[in-house]
Formats: sequence, C-alpha cells, structure tokens
Amino acid sequence: MSKTNLTRRGVLKSGAVAGAGVALPTIFTASSAAAYTNEPTGGSVTLGFNVPQTGPYADEGADELRAYELAVEHLNGGGDGGMLNTFSSKALQGNGILGKKVEFVTGDTQTKSDAARASAKSMIEKDGAVMITGGSSSGVAVAVQALCQEAGVIFMAGLTHSNDTTGKDKRSNGFRHFFNSYMSGAALAPILANNYGKDRKAYHLTADYNWGYTTEEAVRTSTEAMGWETVAAVKTPLTQTDFSSYIAPVLQSGADVLVLNHYGGNMVNSLTNAVQFGLREKQINGHNFEIIVPLFSRLMARGAGENIKGIFGSANWHWSLQDEGSKAFVKSFGTKYGFPPSQAAHTCYVQTLLYADACERAGTFNPCGVVEALEDFEFDGLGNGKTLYRGSDHQCFKDVLVVKGKENPTSEFDLLEIVEVTPRGQVEYDASIFGGELGSCNAGA
Amino acid sequence: MDAIILQILNGLDKGSAYALIALGLTLIFGTLGVVNFAHGALFMIGAFCAVTLNKLLTLSHVVIDETKTDFLGNPLKVQVPYVNDIFGEAAGAAIIDWSVPLAIFFAIPVMIAIGVIMERGLIKHFYKRPHADQILVTFGLAIVLQEIIKYFYGANPIPTPAPDAFKGSFDFGAAIGFDANTIIYPYWRLVYFGFASLIIGAVFAFLQFTTFGMVVRAGMADRETVGLLGINIDKRFTIMFGLAAAVAGLAGVMYTPINSPNYHMGMDFLVLSFVVVVVGGMGSLPGAVLAGFLLGILESFASMREVIDIIPGINQVIIYLVAVIILLTRPRGLMGRKGVMED
Repeated sequence: MSKTNLTRRGVLKSGAVAGAGVALPTIFTASSAAAYTNEPTGGSVTLGFNVPQTGPYADEGADELRAYELAVEHLNGGGDGGMLNTFSSKALQGNGILGKKVEFVTGDTQTKSDAARASAKSMIEKDGAVMITGGSSSGVAVAVQALCQEAGVIFMAGLTHSNDTTGKDKRSNGFRHFFNSYMSGAALAPILANNYGKDRKAYHLTADYNWGYTTEEAVRTSTEAMGWETVAAVKTPLTQTDFSSYIAPVLQSGADVLVLNHYGGNMVNSLTNAVQFGLREKQINGHNFEIIVPLFSRLMARGAGENIKGIFGSANWHWSLQDEGSKAFVKSFGTKYGFPPSQAAHTCYVQTLLYADACERAGTFNPCGVVEALEDFEFDGLGNGKTLYRGSDHQCFKDVLVVKGKENPTSEFDLLEIVEVTPRGQVEYDASIFGGELGSCNAGA
Repeated sequence: MDAIILQILNGLDKGSAYALIALGLTLIFGTLGVVNFAHGALFMIGAFCAVTLNKLLTLSHVVIDETKTDFLGNPLKVQVPYVNDIFGEAAGAAIIDWSVPLAIFFAIPVMIAIGVIMERGLIKHFYKRPHADQILVTFGLAIVLQEIIKYFYGANPIPTPAPDAFKGSFDFGAAIGFDANTIIYPYWRLVYFGFASLIIGAVFAFLQFTTFGMVVRAGMADRETVGLLGINIDKRFTIMFGLAAAVAGLAGVMYTPINSPNYHMGMDFLVLSFVVVVVGGMGSLPGAVLAGFLLGILESFASMREVIDIIPGINQVIIYLVAVIILLTRPRGLMGRKGVMED
C-alpha cells in the first residue's frame, strides 16, 4: 500500500515553484514587449505610409505610394532589387527586415496637419506600425514628427523643404532625407550670379506660411551676399489663386528679377500669371527680366506648361541623373509604372531603404537602436552621391541639383534639365543656426 | 495714378468672373428659390470642358522615332495628333491652338444638359425644403462633382493656354501717355473682360426683350399668378437653370488660360460669389453684376503692397469687411428688393 505525503505546505511550495517556472518566460516576454512601441512579434513587420491621397497634392501622394510599394517589393526580395543593388551598405538581403516580411498600411494626410496626425495615430495604435513615413508638406511633417516622438516610433519624412523640420522643430525620432530651403538658396545663388550678374534687384512673392518664410529668407540671404538688392518682399495668402494684383506692381518697383517662393498650385498660378503679364519679355535696368522658382517639382511644373521654360530652380533629385543608383531606381520604377519617378517618389523610396538598413545594422526595430544606426551614417549609391545623415539634426547632406525649365522637352516628363550638381560641401551649415533641440530618442512603451 | 489704373484693370477680370458666377446664382435663386452651392462646381466643369476638348483634339497615335530615346533608353514614342493627319500639320496645330475659344461651342450644350439633369434629377425634390437642406444637398453635390473630375483628371492643375495670338501683354500705360512698362495688361484678360460683358449683356437682353424672358421675369416676381394664367413656369425655370449653368460654364471655359484649371477651382470662387450676391442684393441681377466688379476691384486694391504695409492682412478680409459695411448700411444689399428672402 502506498502512502502519499501530501501536506498543505508541500502543495503550496510546489505550486509556487511551478507557478514561478511557468511565469518566468512570460515575465521576460512581457518585459521585452514593453521595450518599445509595436515591437513586431510574428513573422512580419508593419510600416505606415502616410501620404496625401486626397486634396491638392494627391498626385504627388500617389507617386510617393508607388515608390513605397516598390521599396516593399524590393525589401521582400521581389522585382529587380532596384537600389538595393547599388546601395553602399550591404546589410539588406532581400528577405524583409531582420528576417520579417515587410507589410504596410496607408493613411491619408489630406495635406492637413490634424488629418495627418489622426491617420498616423491610427496606423500606430490600431495597425501596429513601427515606423511612419511620407507626406508632401512641411506643416504635416512637423506635426507628424512630433506625434511619432511622443508615440515612440521612427518618422522618416517624405517631401518637406522647410528649414524647421530639422531646425527648430527637429526631434530625435525624426529623420529627413530631402533637402531644405537653406540648401536651395546656397546652391542657386552662384548659378544666378553667373547667369544674371551681381547687379540685380529682386522682388519676392512669398507664400504666407512657414515654408514660404524660410525659403524667402534663404534665397534673400544668399543672393544679397553676392550683391543683389531685395527691393520688396510681399506675402501672398496661401489660398490665393489669381496673382495678377501682386504681379502687376512688380515692374513699377524697379525690380528686374521676380522670385516666386511658392509651391504647388500657388507656384503654377503665380508663374503662369507672371508670364501672362509679359514680365519675361521686358528689359529693366538694362537687364532682361528674369523669374526664379527656388523649389521645382516636376509634377507641379507640368501644371505650368511651357511657362517654366528657361526658369531656374533647385531640386533634390531628378530622374535624368546618370549615377548607377538613379539609373537602377528609374529602371525599376519606369518598368513597373510606365513613367519616370518624381523627386517625392525618390526620397520616399530611399527613406524606406535607409530605415530598413538601419534596423538590420542595429539588429533591432527599437527606435533608439535605429536612431543610433542612422546618426552620422554615411552612404552612397542612392542617387545623390556620397550622403551623410548628420547626427546633430538628423538632416541628410548631399549634392543639390540646380535645374532649369527645358526649352525643347521631348515628352511630358522631360520638363527640367540639370544645370549643375552643387557639391555637398557648398550647402552645408552649422546645425545650431536654426535652433531647436533634438532631445533624446523615445522608444515608447 | 498709374498704380490705381493698373489695379482697376486687374479688378475687372476678377470682377468679370465673380459677376458671371453671381449672375447665374442670382438667376437660379430668383427663379427657383434655391440656394445653389454647386454653382462653383459648374464653373469648374466649364473649365474642364475646355480641358476635355483640348484632350480630344490632341488624341494621338504613336510614331516611333528611332533617332531619340525615352527615359528607359528605348526608341522614343512620339505622339502625333489625329487632327494633324486629317487637316495637315499646320491646320491641325492651329485647331489645337484655338481649343479654348472652340470649347465655347462644346461647353454650351454640355452645360445646359448638366444643368437640366441636375435640376430635374435632384434639385427639384428640394424646392419645398428649408434653405439649409438645399445648401447641404447642393454642397454635397459640389463635392461629388469635384471628386469625379479629380478621378478622371487628377489633382494637379492642367495647363490650357490661350491661342498664340493672345499671348503676351498690352502696354496700356504707353498707350495713354504714361511711361512704358508702368501699366501692362495681358491680352487674354482683355478678351475675358470683353467676353464677360458680352455674356452679361446677352443675358439681360434675353430677359428684357424676349417673350420667354418676360414670362421668366413675371414668374420671378409672382410665380403663383403666372401659374394661374396657365403658363408652365416650372418648365421655363428648368431651362433657366440650364442657362445659368451655361453662363457659369462659359465663365470657366474662358478662365482656363488665366489660371490652369484644377478640380477645386470652383470652391475658390463659390464663397466669394455668394458674398457678391448678398452685397448686390438677393435676387437682383444688376446688383450681382455691379457687386461682382466692385468687389473684384476692391480686392485688387487691397493687394497693393502700400495698402498691406498700412493694414497687414487687409487683402484677405477686404471683401468680407466691405460686405459687413454695406449690409449694415443697406441691409438688402446694393440693389436688393423688398420682400426677397424676408418671409
């Protein structure tokens, strides 16, 4: 006959030990799950593409989304690999990110800060996005960047050109590959001096919002430094559609150059109006009257038609670049969609690759690990020559393009020609000049 | 002095657009009693009639040019319009060049048809509903229309230039004794002003000198009595809705060379045009025209650098400020009639 030695104390002890044993892995799992927001636990990782799908920049948003889908395809080993083949870092193997298949969700920024924050929040909280990227406006970029900082996810900005995004509004979790107003001014000024001389009087029309101010300031500072005089700078409402009453007084001011610090629909309308008024056919102060558009976008330039011919501006990238990275991207994109990519598409594609590469090199999706991997990261093969992601403000420094509206375009895509590739050294600046604090990275939960 | 003349000229073309849209709004309000928030969308659809005709005229077949390459390095595919094949290269190019004026003939039947379908299909069901319901349904319709246009034409502006003959500008200053280059004015804006004056004159003549117009005016004054005389006033009012749509559409067609059309251009004009109608006096056709030009010119003056330097931001509020002052001093607007919207 057997006898069991079951005692109350023994049962409690055994239960405690067994309970602790069962709970132990859970405690570790729970601890690691709480390490950062939306840590991927399954076989996939979700990225959030927040682009304007409605509103005036919807076409630009559509091109960004095409680029993101192409980047995801390449990261997961599909297609021809695009820029993965030319990227100087070889951490990405075409097997997703850290072995996890890349999936994505999309949001609609509507080019409104509130809507953009709401869609980013939804992608983070409901869809588990570990990184948010995209956008076509500096106001949206600054708003979403702040949200991502609070939420503990990485923000890889899309098309945003204001100095503030990586200046006074910079955040540790946010990174910008696109160039900014300062760089436009620094790249344009010498070309303008060479082509139009140093004895010029400029009249600025400036969109009445943050990006307009920083662009006007950048172009004024750089052109005045070479001897130009600014005779007037007039702010125009963002909602303005007919600029005739702003353009008509330009000739009376004695100016011989008109600088249009406008983007999107504003740029199309103000440039069209200026050409209608015959400004470019006038001779003032013994000079031909000239017009300058500091930030050119091919998608927007299409709206202005032949009015852009011969007009100088700057761009982050153009599909006609002949480096291996650009050629690979244009081939992938053109083969898939039938037309060349825009600069918005390029920066979004590159940002996705850079994020994925940083995760691979850091060995984690933890935002603080990604931040560390991206800071002061130098790379090549992504279309702008040797590029630095500066650690002190999370701004990319690379060559900047000075472009001009093409006189004899061969197709609807062939609107701009590259006048000069301004070397990176010429557009660099001290990170402290725009103020702001990066703060420390936030990994969230 | 030259600056004042310049801003008056600038105000004329803007005022022309306001006047044409407000004229249509007033016609619809006066005849059908409907506050039509989709009227800006009709202006936009008119502009896209010009875009559509331009696209139709430039329908092309592809010819491979082996001497050039496209962005992928393949032989360049050159688009050759069918009109060039039919009429020869020079005549084909001239037809495409004149696509905006030609679009007037394309837009008139299209816009009348859209207006009649809109009125019969949707708006007639809201005649006896409160104005708030009418505003909601027509505003909803405007959003639907602009989303349809965006679906087919995209969100970016589409360049639709004036004929080459009207490119460039006229040195108005030199013509009237001022220095050269002080008062310049684009030829196409002069055309737009002339065209708007013609349309406004034609609408007034139609209402004033035709039997149809007389019946419509009688119906606007007393719909019930006209109905009791055995006249089918509803049918005439439907036609008037179609005509108002055509007026808005033509304003849109001719506006395309001034600003490249996009899907939300109607909304940009809609609110200002309502202010024009209210300032002119609800239901008053001459009031709508007068207020259109007046507010267009005032808006131009408020955009002068000298004015903005004294009162920053005045360019953005001038129209509303003037509306407030006029409504405080003349509550029925400049030429408003007693009894309209006062029951």
